Amino acid sequence: MSDTVLKIENLVAGYVKGMPILNDVNLTLKKGTIVVIIGPNGAGKSTLIKAIAGIVPITSGSVTLGSKNITGLAPHTMTKEKISYVPQSDNIFRMLSIRENLELVLRASTEDTTSRLDELFEQFPILAEKQKQKGGSLSGGQRQLLAVAMALSTRPEIILMDEPSAGLSPKATQEVLELVRNITKTGVSVLLVEQNVKQALRLADHCYILAEGRNQLDGPAAELLNDPVVGEIYLGGKRIVAS
Amino acid sequence: MIQGLLDGILFGSILSLGAIGLTMIMHTLRFANFSHAELLSLGAYVALVFDKVFSVVSPTLDNTIGSLSLTLSLVLAFPLALIITGLSAMLIDKFIFKRIREKGEELSMVFASFGVALIIRNLIGLIFGLKTQLFSDDIVMAVIISLDPLIMVKPDQIMVLGVTLVIMLILHLILTRTTFGFALRAVAENPSLAEVSGIKLSNIVALTWLIGGSLAAAAGIFYGLTNHVNPIVGKDLVLPIFAATIVGGIGSIYGAVLGGFIVGIAGNMALLILPSGYSPAVPFLIIMCVLLIRPNGLFGEGRE
Amino acid sequence: METLIGIISYSVFFATIASILAIAVLGLNLQWGNTGLFNGGVAAFFGAGAYATILLGGTPQPDHWGGLELFYPFALIGGALFSGLLATVVGLLTLKLRHDYLAITTFGVAVAFESFVRNTNSLTGGALGLRGFERPLEGLINDPFIYNISFFIFVIFLLILIFKFLEKLISSPFGRLLRAIRQDETAAESLGKNPAKVRLTSFVVGSVIMGLAGGLYASFYAYISPQDVVPTLTFQIWAMLIVGGAGNNRGAIAGAFIIWAAWTFSGWILTSVAPVEAQLYTGTIQYILIGIIIVGMLLWKPQGLLQEKLLVSQSSKDQ
Repeated sequence: MSDTVLKIENLVAGYVKGMPILNDVNLTLKKGTIVVIIGPNGAGKSTLIKAIAGIVPITSGSVTLGSKNITGLAPHTMTKEKISYVPQSDNIFRMLSIRENLELVLRASTEDTTSRLDELFEQFPILAEKQKQKGGSLSGGQRQLLAVAMALSTRPEIILMDEPSAGLSPKATQEVLELVRNITKTGVSVLLVEQNVKQALRLADHCYILAEGRNQLDGPAAELLNDPVVGEIYLGGKRIVAS
Repeated sequence: MIQGLLDGILFGSILSLGAIGLTMIMHTLRFANFSHAELLSLGAYVALVFDKVFSVVSPTLDNTIGSLSLTLSLVLAFPLALIITGLSAMLIDKFIFKRIREKGEELSMVFASFGVALIIRNLIGLIFGLKTQLFSDDIVMAVIISLDPLIMVKPDQIMVLGVTLVIMLILHLILTRTTFGFALRAVAENPSLAEVSGIKLSNIVALTWLIGGSLAAAAGIFYGLTNHVNPIVGKDLVLPIFAATIVGGIGSIYGAVLGGFIVGIAGNMALLILPSGYSPAVPFLIIMCVLLIRPNGLFGEGRE
Repeated sequence: METLIGIISYSVFFATIASILAIAVLGLNLQWGNTGLFNGGVAAFFGAGAYATILLGGTPQPDHWGGLELFYPFALIGGALFSGLLATVVGLLTLKLRHDYLAITTFGVAVAFESFVRNTNSLTGGALGLRGFERPLEGLINDPFIYNISFFIFVIFLLILIFKFLEKLISSPFGRLLRAIRQDETAAESLGKNPAKVRLTSFVVGSVIMGLAGGLYASFYAYISPQDVVPTLTFQIWAMLIVGGAGNNRGAIAGAFIIWAAWTFSGWILTSVAPVEAQLYTGTIQYILIGIIIVGMLLWKPQGLLQEKLLVSQSSKDQ
């Protein structure tokens, strides 16, 4: 139950070669847990997720899935590796209907589309109700719901999420984060970036703090929730460079 | 004037077929492809070759069908020409345009496309000769629909319009009923999201060239059937087809269709006022109007 | 002695045309090499200058307008400015849009321009073109040999002048602004610079230079016709810039001479070697060669033959 599903070691990555955003980052994700990455703006949190997803080029270091090296994988092969990625914004196709969005993602899956769709619609009745509507006509919260549904549709083992609560009302945020909690009950592991620190720490099992492209601190979320060092890092005070 | 309208609709349907492929490539690769129109010539000439080959191999194929100037051998040559032209478009991208865009400058692709257009057009001229040809040497009688005002239509024109509409219907069904169609629309809207959703971009790009090239070949053959075949067909149609994409909005297939008809009809209507020598300039005037009034065209998204 | 004069005569003729075209290439270099603007209708701006010069400076003709007999320098400058006017109109409409719109529109301008001059007989002489132009100072210098050499010197003088002007422009604050905008437009904007205005200026100045080249061309032949403003001219000038090295004024001039030499040489070889029936195709083969040169250079040596010493990043990904 506690094996490592994803291991990131000594990762150096950035959009432009020679100007890395991430400098020697390490992270471990254990099965069925929620790991949250927090840190000040510009810390490289999103970049880390994107580097795992293969969107941002990796200069050195490794990303290991179980026992398989997936460093710098092609983004379109993520689903095959049982990884799903939910971007922060523009994470659904506005010009396609809800149903078409889901059918599109399910192209990569070997499962029967219709029955999988039925299951998903049972899990997300709001999406079922509006399935013929175009993605662009949905509210912010509904779009996020669709994005998560799309991520779940291919039955991933790992979900990467970039600020799932961004732009959402407190209620919608609550719903999304509860959804994330429920996902892990089925053995899916979640790695997410969040700006909403308190809520993230309450939700997660483990937490990594990133600043200036490096690890600063990590530990069980419950402990960090009460640790004053966390606040200091955010306010620009104490800097711990993890070995 | 109704004659002008009818001719404009016919010409417009040909432009529409040509514009669909162009608008898709312009949107997905951000690349104004000046060699796209040459695919129309290529398609027409490939069809010409196979038309002759088939009718030599089996002379019965050489008979025209009904009152059309269409022969059975041309009907057989049609799908072949489409596939060959589509594949050529795909290969040209793979070996030339793709390499150039991997080096970084998108505009260099535009310039390369000028070079590719020169090569295709003049190779055709070199191989097939510079003279104008027709698919069939039979004289086709136009049907008089009305005497006053005088309206005449060739059976070929009706057939071409009909087949064009069928082709567009098929394309529409693909776009709205198949997951491949969803993938095309997804890539058009948001390529990076499409990628992380499991779509291999290079496949979609290749298929876009294949489809665009095939449609262009169809347009070229239809133009050849209702007008003529010669090496400068592509050169003459470059600007009207671009105008169609701009009118419709770059990236919108339905816009390209509508744009094609608008440019075709407007071009013919303009002949009522302007001397015919000025007709090459009409698409340019249309482009200027669109840029003045509504730069993104009818359905364009204005993705910078 | 006769042959020597013949050789010199031909060389002067060749070099005059090459130099005139080099001026046009310099104008294109400002637009493309320095500012990243794609001008798909060079022939129109070249032609605008050519036609305007003849109309302004020519003698009155019965069948068409013009023949204002302006003092030659005024006619020449007027032609160049007319080209600038055309560029201003086109630029205002298209420069704020995506880059390939400019390519399409300028291409359209060239098509429209050719169509216009071919058909508006009363203004442009239609397909027959415009004559009735007295070459400057031709009355004074009677010997054609001496005249051609003098004209050549005049052209070279202008070429050097424009070259120096452009080199100065590149190292001036305006030039720095151009580079800044190419590298990071949003940063430039936040500093209060107006990229659209800068691009328009560059486009217009480049077109004025092309118009000047056109005016010189028309003056040299004392004749201009629609055949001189066909798209082929645009491709030739582009090929010259690509071969010499975009962004590089020396390369632009070198490219002009190289391509013009290749063009005339290939034309000469093809017409000598080809049998009578194939004579029709010499142009076709030349066009294929130009196409191959363009595509080949872009694939293998996009920086041109004369590499720019100061390599400014050419990447313009604006996502």
